[in-house]
Amino acid sequence: MFRLEARTSTPAWFNLALPLLAIGATLILCSGLIALAGAGIVEAYGVMFSASLGDTYAITETLVRATPMIFTGLAVAVAFRAKFWNIGAEGQLLAGAVASCAVGAIPMPGLLAMFLMALAGAAAGAAVALVPATLRVKFKVDDVVSSLLLNSVIFYALMALIEGPWKDSFSGYPISPPIEDSASFPVLLEGTRLHLGVVAALIAAPLIWFLIVRTTLGFRIRVTGENAEAARYSGINVQRVLISTALLSGALAGLAGVGEVGGVHFQVMSDISPGYGYSGIVVAMLARLNPLGVVPAAIFLAAVMTGAEAMSRATGVPAFLSDVIQGTALLAMLVALLFTAYRIRRVGAAR
Amino acid sequence: MSALFEQILQVGFLAAIIRIATPLAFATLGEMFSERAGVLNLGIEGIMLLSAMTGFTAASLSGSLWLGVLVAVLTGALMGALHALFTVALGLSQHVCGIGVTLFCSGLAYFLYRLIFGQQSVPPNIKGFQTLPIPVLSDIPVLGPAVFNQFSLVYMAIIAIPLAAFVLYRTPWGLSVRMVGENPRAADSAGVGVIATRFQAVILGGALMGLAGAFLSMAQFNAFTFGVVSGRGWVAIALVVFGRWDPWRSAGAALLFAFVDALQLRMQASGLGHIPYEAFLMLPFIFTIVAMAVMSRNAVAPSALLKPFRREER
Repeated sequence: MFRLEARTSTPAWFNLALPLLAIGATLILCSGLIALAGAGIVEAYGVMFSASLGDTYAITETLVRATPMIFTGLAVAVAFRAKFWNIGAEGQLLAGAVASCAVGAIPMPGLLAMFLMALAGAAAGAAVALVPATLRVKFKVDDVVSSLLLNSVIFYALMALIEGPWKDSFSGYPISPPIEDSASFPVLLEGTRLHLGVVAALIAAPLIWFLIVRTTLGFRIRVTGENAEAARYSGINVQRVLISTALLSGALAGLAGVGEVGGVHFQVMSDISPGYGYSGIVVAMLARLNPLGVVPAAIFLAAVMTGAEAMSRATGVPAFLSDVIQGTALLAMLVALLFTAYRIRRVGAAR
Repeated sequence: MSALFEQILQVGFLAAIIRIATPLAFATLGEMFSERAGVLNLGIEGIMLLSAMTGFTAASLSGSLWLGVLVAVLTGALMGALHALFTVALGLSQHVCGIGVTLFCSGLAYFLYRLIFGQQSVPPNIKGFQTLPIPVLSDIPVLGPAVFNQFSLVYMAIIAIPLAAFVLYRTPWGLSVRMVGENPRAADSAGVGVIATRFQAVILGGALMGLAGAFLSMAQFNAFTFGVVSGRGWVAIALVVFGRWDPWRSAGAALLFAFVDALQLRMQASGLGHIPYEAFLMLPFIFTIVAMAVMSRNAVAPSALLKPFRREER
């Protein structure tokens, strides 16, 4: 007979072991779908790996794809730390993309343009995140539902822009006019798409880690999330912390949109994000809400996405396998997290 | 404006409201049962999508719409059980598990659909449910053709509302559901199986979400597309709050939302051409957010909502 027993502390190696356990379980579970599609499991995962991490170009492509998810992952990690349930990173990303694209289309010196694009994108994302936060603080509206519904509103607003005033009159396609050439982010490695935004994301992660772990705001965010009642008694203005968290979280999600416009697409279209906002939730949970863990978690998901397309071409297994892997990984990670709170103990038969 | 007003009073408009409200009513009742037992189910969006897919596939392959409905309901129940396994049996975060269930179900729906039907330029469709006029009742002026000349699934939704109210308020099981949602400790002391009751409520809720998905792919669109649900699940969660966790009010909220949705569809069609159609598409979502802001202050959620129950922890 086994029983669960509460754990008082968790060993440090759990931080690495649990995500790996969850990912391993996910890949085993999802291999059933590969077999169902009639492909070889080893072959399919092999193609997936070599196409995403097998050579320098593949690695740069994976890093480029990981960049928006590092930002949305950070956005979600920050928000969830305060138990501000921001499921709206998708909409905040889109708002950031639109704002940065509008700024990037204005002729000005390159460096200034990039700086202002980042600023505008972050501000737009923060403004969107402010809505569910304000609704929760002032009107007790559930932040999950309002941030989810807002995603649809923002998406339709974006569609109205690119099918209306922003519509490319040259091609007639529903895409925005491109940003200025001088505003597009410099490529760091010749022959690849590795752009400045990738470096920005890799720098943002330790910065946010420092903010959460070492600053007063970070402390307030953590206390509010762990025990709002206790935070209130100790004199923390919980409402203000929630608003600050939302602004920070939204700004980070907005930056994800900036990177996609400045470094990858150079304009805005309806499918600029294949759900990077939602993937950010998976990334943040795999990282156990640790900003430093967000980077490898985002790279893992990016590798799955990049690899799934190649796998689909090579084996005929639908590329949507990557979506199943994301969902399964999130659920597997949640189960794995049980090990941080409980340990399995053998209970003698004499009990 | 008066032209618009005239349209509102038309039979077709009333019928459209009922039709739009049907999947929302199923989904809202499903979410309500789950939440009354203390379990928020954010998996609803994905459960509806997966059920719409499995139901459509079963109907398409077998030629039987009702077999499709059965498969959709079973899919919903199964996914409800999955959500209950994580949130009730293991006591994991309901928020994050729900998102996980939605991501998992959506991914699975896309994957299996592509696997079964391949990539086609025109999505395959089926001959969906046809309207079934009810003798005598459908002859009532205005109300008859609007309400009693509908799909059989619409009639099921109309019956489901009082039935849900009866089950929740007048049966021992309904009492158990309300007890485990309000005060699981007391329910446990009174001999109610908290875990079992919550499992049952979330599974029943999932089955109703499955019906909602079945309606979308087999009566409303007669095809499965990736956008077949497009936020209706999230809306249903808001409608439960708006309907204060009560079957009648929740159904009323679904009707109200359907009215706004039908209105925006008419407004799109009625030559208000200078306004982009996306503005109308946004309208129901903005309406829902505003409605929640108005209602949430006084809304009293089930006390034990979001709280896992473990017997040993006293």
